[in-house]
Amino acid sequence: MTRSLPITAPEADDPPTPPVESRARRRARRVTARPVAGMLFVLPFFLVVVTFLVVPLGYAFWLSLSSKSLALGTRFSGLDNYVRAFTDPVLLDGLLRVVLFGLVQIPIMLGIALAGALVLDAVTTKFAMAFRLIAFMPYAVPAVVGALMWGFLYSRTFGPFADLPTLVGGDPIDFFSVSLLLVSLGNIVTWAWTGYNMIILYSALQGVPREVHEAAVIDGATPVQVALRVKVPAIKQAISLAAIFTVIGTMQFFTEPQIMARFAPQISAGYTPNLYAYNQAFAYSDFHYSAAVSFALGFLVFVVAYAFVFVNNRRRGKRA
Amino acid sequence: MKVKTRLPHLFMGAGILYFLVPLLWVVIAATKSQPDLLDSPALWFAEFNLFENVGLLFREDDGVYGRWLVNTALYSGLSAVGATALAAAAGYGLARFQFLGKRLFETALLGMIMVPATALVLPTYLILSEVELVDTMWAVILPSLLSPFGAYLIRVYVDESVPVELLDAARIDRAGELRIFWQIVVPMMRPAIVTVFLFTLVATWNNYFLPLVMLSDADLYPLTVGLTTWFNTAQQEAGTRMLFNLVVTGSLLAIVPLIVAFVLLQRFWRSGAAAGALK
Repeated sequence: MTRSLPITAPEADDPPTPPVESRARRRARRVTARPVAGMLFVLPFFLVVVTFLVVPLGYAFWLSLSSKSLALGTRFSGLDNYVRAFTDPVLLDGLLRVVLFGLVQIPIMLGIALAGALVLDAVTTKFAMAFRLIAFMPYAVPAVVGALMWGFLYSRTFGPFADLPTLVGGDPIDFFSVSLLLVSLGNIVTWAWTGYNMIILYSALQGVPREVHEAAVIDGATPVQVALRVKVPAIKQAISLAAIFTVIGTMQFFTEPQIMARFAPQISAGYTPNLYAYNQAFAYSDFHYSAAVSFALGFLVFVVAYAFVFVNNRRRGKRA
Repeated sequence: MKVKTRLPHLFMGAGILYFLVPLLWVVIAATKSQPDLLDSPALWFAEFNLFENVGLLFREDDGVYGRWLVNTALYSGLSAVGATALAAAAGYGLARFQFLGKRLFETALLGMIMVPATALVLPTYLILSEVELVDTMWAVILPSLLSPFGAYLIRVYVDESVPVELLDAARIDRAGELRIFWQIVVPMMRPAIVTVFLFTLVATWNNYFLPLVMLSDADLYPLTVGLTTWFNTAQQEAGTRMLFNLVVTGSLLAIVPLIVAFVLLQRFWRSGAAAGALK
């Protein structure tokens, strides 16, 4: 799972108070009419965007419109690859698997992260500070290393957990069995990303003005009521952003299943859509179909994410 | 505000156990020889072999692990510096200047954040193989320079914390645009720059998919790809050679630098208003 950035910006030392002006005038006052200088500041970034985002996307789309066969060589095939992709049982299975995985894992992870953030916001002991630091540590562990580590921990040879039931006369747990595999993978992802999301939600909570909770407390609200009725609504925006970034990450699920396949042979070449796209290219050398799968998946993620943001903005009304 | 803290402390205690035990296992396992790794209790020390393991680690395959470590530091360092510089300049340009196509670019920037990075890796590989850059360090570094979210974050931050009056005053004093950026804006953006830098650094350090696709020469691998190749070999040989203990020790050494960086840079984790008011 790859994810890149936090959803909170660090706070300015003393944020300026917004002047009372019309939005149009304020915008006019904020920018400088030196178009050349402005363009030059944006230009290097723009070039990287064109080279490594726009061109690859265009190229992937162009590749996906043709097919290669031994008999005919490379020829234009229109949307055939997409028809094949959306009727490909392996890809649809993988897609369904990732969706199911997300429906279970994301709420659990964000639920724990939110609870942790609320606890950190209310309790300021040394113990809480230790908890904050330790929970964040797994984020520093590369997904590859995390997957290897949990693979060892799950295994009967190396790990402490699989043989636990044998102490009381039960059967050992097989974490790599078909029935437990998704749970095992879910645990790896939860371990790696819960602390990261907790820190982000905690940062958002720190930005909520204290007067608001104090008023609620004076009105006789219990800490739990303050947490659920005052604090959670106040950081709705951060929660939904954490959710959307997690969804984007989950749809690209690759590293953990790819590593775990060493321990669990039942992880097939098409276990997740991204694994399927990779194997189509590098195991079966079908770059055209691989490009179609990649592009379709990217497009799907893009549409879901964008729709989510759009609906969110509409719901909040047009806020500046 | 008085809070009854017994339940929260239980919750945090459980959390500390959950997050720490796997890391403890790595620390303990890295001190064991291969036979002990297979036979001794998983969460307790056996004969202390850490230094032997580290020695073996750096000697295996003519010391290729050391090269992986250097590669990883090089790739993530250069990528993070480059990506942060590009994002900082672009974020400032978008926040404080007016030019043709700016609104369009800002709207597109939001779209770019939503593009899954892995969807770009395969076509980028094919393009770079056309210009014969595949299997070079540039194949990992150049695509890692792309950080739309970094640019977005800096733009929001500049908007909130760099007053226009200050820039105007500097212009009246005849300061050039570059000098204004370097001497006034950059110091004011420091918290945002540190944040973007850290996150791009971690993302590149931990990246696996991109180098896996781009590199085939083992001397160019970063740690993530290198360790998995060792692990595959260990699996194939079913533990007959000393490799599992090297994979574990190598994993530990791959984690330590980042954890140290986090602890040192903790004070930069400023609480922040969510910059996520996506407009």
